[in-house]
Amino acid sequence: MKRIGLTLLVLVLACSSWMGLASAQTIKIGVFEPMTGPSAAGGEMTVEGIELANEVKPQVLGRDVEIIVVDNKSDKVEAANAVSRLIERDKVVAIIGSYGSSLSMAAGDIVNKAQIPAVGCSPTNPLVTLNNDYYFRVCFIDPFQGTVMANYAVNELGAKTAAVIQDVTQDYSVGLSKYFIDAFRRLTGDPNSIVEISAYNTGDQDFTAQLTNVKNKNPDVIFAPGNYGESALLIRQARDLGIDVPFLGGDTWEAPEFLSIGGEAVEGAVFSTHFTAEAPVTPESDRFLSLYREKFGKEANAFAALGYDAYMVILDVIEKVGSADPQAIRDGLAQVEGFVGATGIISLDENGDAVKSAVINRVEDGKFVYLTTVEPQ
Amino acid sequence: MGNLSLFLQHLTNGISLGSLYALIAIGYTMVYGILRLINFAHGDIFMLGVYLTYFGVLYTAIPWWLVFIIAPALTGLVGLLLERVAYKPLRDSPRITILISAIGASFLLQNLGIVLFGGRPRAFPVPRILNHVVKVRGVSINVITFIIPVVTILLLIGLTYFITKTKTGMAMRALSRDYETASLMGIDINRIISITFFMGSFLAAVGGIMWGARYPQLMPLMGVMPGLKSFIAAVVGGIGNIAGAVAGGFLLGLGEIMLVALLPRLTGYRDAFAFVVLIIILLFKPSGLMGTSQTEKV
Repeated sequence: MKRIGLTLLVLVLACSSWMGLASAQTIKIGVFEPMTGPSAAGGEMTVEGIELANEVKPQVLGRDVEIIVVDNKSDKVEAANAVSRLIERDKVVAIIGSYGSSLSMAAGDIVNKAQIPAVGCSPTNPLVTLNNDYYFRVCFIDPFQGTVMANYAVNELGAKTAAVIQDVTQDYSVGLSKYFIDAFRRLTGDPNSIVEISAYNTGDQDFTAQLTNVKNKNPDVIFAPGNYGESALLIRQARDLGIDVPFLGGDTWEAPEFLSIGGEAVEGAVFSTHFTAEAPVTPESDRFLSLYREKFGKEANAFAALGYDAYMVILDVIEKVGSADPQAIRDGLAQVEGFVGATGIISLDENGDAVKSAVINRVEDGKFVYLTTVEPQ
Repeated sequence: MGNLSLFLQHLTNGISLGSLYALIAIGYTMVYGILRLINFAHGDIFMLGVYLTYFGVLYTAIPWWLVFIIAPALTGLVGLLLERVAYKPLRDSPRITILISAIGASFLLQNLGIVLFGGRPRAFPVPRILNHVVKVRGVSINVITFIIPVVTILLLIGLTYFITKTKTGMAMRALSRDYETASLMGIDINRIISITFFMGSFLAAVGGIMWGARYPQLMPLMGVMPGLKSFIAAVVGGIGNIAGAVAGGFLLGLGEIMLVALLPRLTGYRDAFAFVVLIIILLFKPSGLMGTSQTEKV
């Protein structure tokens, strides 16, 4: 009896040490993205890119890399829960995410306190990384994006007045609107050039009241950054109401749903984004595009490219510092300089933000068509 | 745009939204009126109806107008099944038990929707005939915004006729008073309850199709807000009263639009507005605008 007990004990010990060894060997990277809810398309596109990157580069320092994807349901509370779960239960060494600035900001405090580095793919609000030593991102930020669109409105479209319709529950939309408004007023030199600022909430389906008020002010152009779904419905209803001025928006409009829900109404809509398959910027872009085409049988979008880059940056840092310790990864991320990614050359500044060029796309014949690239000043 | 046409445009917008709430509220209030059961899964049945229509139009060769009839009928069968599984075994339990079962059914359908249809939204295929704009004296109207109130009013008339004039309708009314006595009078309770659920779910699906044609974005959780709003509309109008539900729906839709139109600063409180209305009604006229308070017989 004693002997059996001893054998069992040895067996258990052997098993547990073997399992311990195995878990020491895999490096876990957590991903929190919206897979359901109003931002689901953005999260799904990003995760596609991350998974592709994981297939292309499944190992670092001779150890396997495992990505653990958690759905944050497009909800701020769920985003905080998702990140806590990744840190506490799954013991990840780094985190990627999330599409949606508000969702990333909800996770900010948690990663900062737990001292686990996080890399955002597409949250563009400046507050995501500001005063947070553990949050980084591989995309540009909204002061730049807002200026790009204001420039386009004034210089390309010759707009003298604009109306802004913002989603007040999204930090992304409110922030981007603010930078657009500032830039538009500065460019036109007219403090009254913004004729109307309207608001709505995520999840709203009816925008006719706001649009009727906007129509009454006769703007030359309407800036309406927001979720692809809400924005598509909004533009549809605007066309129904007989509003025929151009609509401008931000990177969130780049989703197939924007085209399918918007239909003919979104023809001519112009927005800024991070990357387009039509204008590869680095050798890595070409590589990424062909890998993506092979796996998914279609052209890649900006979010997949950013997901791919976020993963690759983290692995590159782990390789350089020679350690998968969260603190070492953080310190390595703070030093990233001239990393060649699919979306461009990534150098992270003192806030942890990438300084990159923006792409402007327009909807033509139910497709996103590349217009131009705007370099940062 | 003159002030008058601005106001008329807002009015049109309000009526359009209100008629949608009214349409969904009809089914809600009908099930309550007859079974004294608040079917919290009504909004999710609504969602199911829209998705069934979506798949019917895009993945079968059936013409869209026929799908617009078949899909609600299928949704009706789902509603019937739901009643059998979630409500019937609890028919003799306290009312609160069925209410909780209804909330459970609602979550079940929502998550089933996420599993079956995925989290990404889909675009509702709006037939071209329902989707073009006409202009009347400076007021732009999409045809669909005109069709929805007509459908709502027609269903209101049809349903009122059915409940007051037909034998099944009479049985429904008898049932709403007292199950046991009704069954003693030779009424097949199970059959009548099944019919009620079938019709309630059918109406939810019709509401869903109209909603989809107006706001062509399909999501598994799309039924939650319309469900709540139409529930409020039904309560405001006097729950159980079909004409009241229609009145409540119009009131709510108009109120929401006018709130956003006239007090743009309060836009963020748009959904709160509906709940404030609900609270006020419950405080001052709990039986609703058109409801009659029933005295419990001992």
